Amino acid sequence: MATLQLSNITKRFGDTEVIKGIDLEVNDREFVVFVGPSGCGKSTLMRMIAGLESASEGDIVIDGQRMNDVGPADRGLAMVFQSYALYPHMTVEGNMGFSMRLAGVPKEERRAKVLEAAKILQLEPLLDRKPKALSGGQRQRVAIGRAIVRNPSIFLFDEPLSNLDAALRVQMRIELARLHEELDATMIYVTHDQIEAMTMADKIVVLHDGVVEQVGSPMALYHHPRNRFVAGFIGSPKMNFFAVEQLAVSSDGVVVRLPGGRSCTVPVDGQQLADAEELELGIRPEHLLLDENGPLSGQIKVLERLGGQTSLYVQMDELLITIMADGDVAYRVNDTVRFGFSPERAHLFDAQGIALESLTQHPLAGLTRHDNRAPGQAAVHGAVSPGEQV
Amino acid sequence: MNKTRASGRTVGGLRTLTLQAPAVTLLMLWMIVPLGMTIWFSFQRYNLLMPDMTGFAGLENYEYLLTDPALWSAMGTTLLLVGWVLAITVVGGTLLAVLFQQEFAGRGIARVLAISPFFVMPTVSALVWKNMMMHPSNGVLAWLAESLGLPALDWFSSLPLTSIIIIVSWQWLPFALLILLTAMQSLDEDQVEAARMDGAGPIAIFFFITLPHLKRAISVVIMIEMIFLLTIFAEIFVTTSGGPGLATTNLAYLIYIRALLDFDVGIASAGGVIAIILANIVAIFLVRMVAKNLED
Ligand SMILES: Nc1ncnc2c1ncn2[C@@H]1O[C@H](COP(=O)(O)OP(=O)(O)O)[C@@H](O)[C@H]1O
Ligand SMILES: [Mg+2]
Repeated sequence: MATLQLSNITKRFGDTEVIKGIDLEVNDREFVVFVGPSGCGKSTLMRMIAGLESASEGDIVIDGQRMNDVGPADRGLAMVFQSYALYPHMTVEGNMGFSMRLAGVPKEERRAKVLEAAKILQLEPLLDRKPKALSGGQRQRVAIGRAIVRNPSIFLFDEPLSNLDAALRVQMRIELARLHEELDATMIYVTHDQIEAMTMADKIVVLHDGVVEQVGSPMALYHHPRNRFVAGFIGSPKMNFFAVEQLAVSSDGVVVRLPGGRSCTVPVDGQQLADAEELELGIRPEHLLLDENGPLSGQIKVLERLGGQTSLYVQMDELLITIMADGDVAYRVNDTVRFGFSPERAHLFDAQGIALESLTQHPLAGLTRHDNRAPGQAAVHGAVSPGEQV
Repeated sequence: MNKTRASGRTVGGLRTLTLQAPAVTLLMLWMIVPLGMTIWFSFQRYNLLMPDMTGFAGLENYEYLLTDPALWSAMGTTLLLVGWVLAITVVGGTLLAVLFQQEFAGRGIARVLAISPFFVMPTVSALVWKNMMMHPSNGVLAWLAESLGLPALDWFSSLPLTSIIIIVSWQWLPFALLILLTAMQSLDEDQVEAARMDGAGPIAIFFFITLPHLKRAISVVIMIEMIFLLTIFAEIFVTTSGGPGLATTNLAYLIYIRALLDFDVGIASAGGVIAIILANIVAIFLVRMVAKNLED
């Protein structure tokens, strides 16, 4: 069992408040990812959990015990640093066994434990090497091995993959997910990369400027972002936003006038809206569809062909709209295109940037990473209907 | 293809050699001429007080020196002086570097103050220590001893070598501190934190993380200091003049006594050659050590 509760955690460096009152619950064996832009306080929050930094206010509770005044070594946690932080003058074995050496564990026992961890990570042939003689990916695995050996109740990872090249990053991502299964451990993972967050997390915590913007499963964040920040941050390429005019509110949703004059009904709850409140419509590039009769139009400025897909950057009034289209579209730069979308894919944001609640829950929104392997998969797939187009 | 390459290299080699020649020649002359003269004089009878005693001396000068009890005592003194100063400055410098790495109010000023003795000329610092610190009647140390009710110590007559060691250490400690402090700053903070998470306290962090990290810088400090410490002169000249007896006469000072006080250029040159041989032995040993350290 390993759970973590944060209540009203605050951190100030001098006069600047970096973490502004965070409440969070991490369940046993959960893979939680803290994601947010650089400088939003992810590392600081993780370092407070680890005990490397003290919290200015609030409680850190691990397994029901308040840990604020417990030293980093005694919290039962292990951390993998972005820089790996291997001890350069020790061999791989020395690095992995260091905590046990400090604790006075006999040499034989130490070796056995190191070997066990090395086996999980395929590090056995490297045990006598110094970190300098290892590749980036191998160093990464040693750093993880050093954490495993300590048998922690919670693993902490601070951007562990950001120093690796793209191919290795994908491989390590898969390996980490496998490790999570194998060790059955609670893991907290920090990253600024929303793809890592989407692929690995059971639960994503989106941080921005020291506050939690939203907590939820990857699919919940993707389909039901709570505000404009989360909508823009999750998903790649970024969601498109443009201002729309509010025409009417009904039980079917909010009727808005799109740029270009046509109207559509977005199925969200608009009961709280003030009259003529300024609204913004958000629609993901992959949900924009090229369509000769579409309500929107613009001129293609840039066209990126990826083979399977093509990204179109389309000038619509003052805005550059991104469209993910099929790889085979025949358009060229400077062509004018018309496009549209199905209204249930659209998000509406009020003047404060808060999303209006969707009238229907997306069928995948409750899905976690574990459900991906559940036997009932097919049923979930069938539930997704393309919906009608504007 | 191979052929053109090979011939090209010969031409290039020839060309670079001509271009390098002036510099190399100058350096060779710069080094060879004094060295050659020293070696030449070391085999000559050459005493300024006895101008008519000249000619080839064979190994006489060396024999005189190597059988001179003063030489062996001077070598011992040199090694003691170098050894102790190295020990004090390296240990003290490391501890001070760790101390000055901590955050505290006025750290910047404290660092500058701690490093400043290095910029005091050896003669001046020796005079300051002689007349203001260790003076038996009006020195600071005497005053301290007195206020504690202890008898004042005449440092230079009762603990002559210790006094010299203290003065020289005071001068070189800042150097060690400067180099080690710079090295400290490149210590990866993440490593220290990883060690903290692994359960290392301050002492374990010092021995397992900080010290291994400083190893390279420490060997550089030892090498550079040794080059200068082997030839300490001004501090001895100003304070004890090598005495009492031979208590503080090191090799450099002995050569000075023989060459200038006895006006015997031949014997002094032989002393110089012996010093060069010793320095080379030390250097080879040091270069090995440093090279090995730099390797890993
Ligand atoms: N020791 C510190 N002293 C002062 N400010 C700090 C310190 N550590 C971090 N900060 C500030 O806190 C903010 C969040 O930093 P960090 O948690 O490292 O961000 P992230 O990991 O999300 O990129 C940044 O603005 C950073 O400048
Ligand atoms: Mg960070």
